[in-house]
Amino acid sequence: MIAVVIPIAMALFTAAALLNLYRLAIGPDIVDRILALDTLMINSIALIVLSNIWMGLSVLFELALLIALMGFVSTVAMSKYLLRGDVIE
Amino acid sequence: MTSSLLSRKFWLPRPLFSLFLALLWLLLVNDFSVAHTLLGLALGVAIPAVTHAFWPEEARIKRPLPLLRYVLVLLVDILRSNLVVALRILRPARHLQPGFFLYPLTLDDDFAITILASTISLTPGTVSLHYDAKAQTLLVHALHLEDEADTIATIRERYEQPLKEIFR
Amino acid sequence: MNSIDMPWFLQLIVVAFLLFGALVALIGSWGLAKLPDFYMRLHGPTKASTLGVGCTLIGSLLYFSLQQDGVSVQEALVTMFLFATAPVSAHMMGKAALRRRLKGVPRTRNMPDR
Repeated sequence: MIAVVIPIAMALFTAAALLNLYRLAIGPDIVDRILALDTLMINSIALIVLSNIWMGLSVLFELALLIALMGFVSTVAMSKYLLRGDVIE
Repeated sequence: MTSSLLSRKFWLPRPLFSLFLALLWLLLVNDFSVAHTLLGLALGVAIPAVTHAFWPEEARIKRPLPLLRYVLVLLVDILRSNLVVALRILRPARHLQPGFFLYPLTLDDDFAITILASTISLTPGTVSLHYDAKAQTLLVHALHLEDEADTIATIRERYEQPLKEIFR
Repeated sequence: MNSIDMPWFLQLIVVAFLLFGALVALIGSWGLAKLPDFYMRLHGPTKASTLGVGCTLIGSLLYFSLQQDGVSVQEALVTMFLFATAPVSAHMMGKAALRRRLKGVPRTRNMPDR
């Protein structure tokens, strides 16, 4: 049952990532693009976790954690840049 | 730094934070052996001792039991309001009535305000956008704002009052 | 992939978490793609996507805990991290949008004129 469901869930998350790419492409403002990138990061975490189950590894969690960290820090840094025009005040 | 080498304040400036760090270490290494527990506890003592000089004032949790209830209420509300938001997204966008409103804060603890703002962002179809420290207000955007006063009353009663009890 | 040794009802729970999470995350991204202004788009990712990925992570946690002897808890760490950071990044992006004076849809109530 799980072997059937994981490809379905992966397809759903891939569709979500494609929708995020669509928003990333059309914008219209740069803040929309940051939001699209942030969501893309979150969806890619789910894809990594699913492929982890699919391959039966359980070693990819460090990767998921790193992507979560990088996504958060880069989103805040870019928003801060837009707020102040400078990353470091 | 005037506390002496023997006092609790020097070695364990924040016991809860130390416990949290130890637990975080165990989750991170995914290994609940005695050695890792001891290492985690050592880190939990060492990191606050080194860094507590540049941490902001610690929030005081007065009552742990309402905190537990708050977390449970929050989890249920996250699930419920996420389903509501998902249904609203699926409906045509012209049926939505988005709106901003100012939420007047009655909390005064910084940490409690942070928790409240995060709660507002995670739950009832609202996102907190701006905190005005001078006027003590939060600017909130709601995906579907039917009744401003009603939404404010809900947030105040459901989230702010318990937080006030916990951090008073 | 050798999930045959798991009882069917445990498999059902894992499957339910995975499918529910994927559907909710897809709805969140759908909202990001179709809603008309930035402030409304902010709601999709902060709520739906976080819950969706959280459910997927919990499904994975259950799967690995049942599959191997001993629990696997790193997913819980990622889930906690996501739920703690999603409101903060939404707050920062919202502040940036206010600073850039992005307009909401015309029917937005009490649009701030800052």
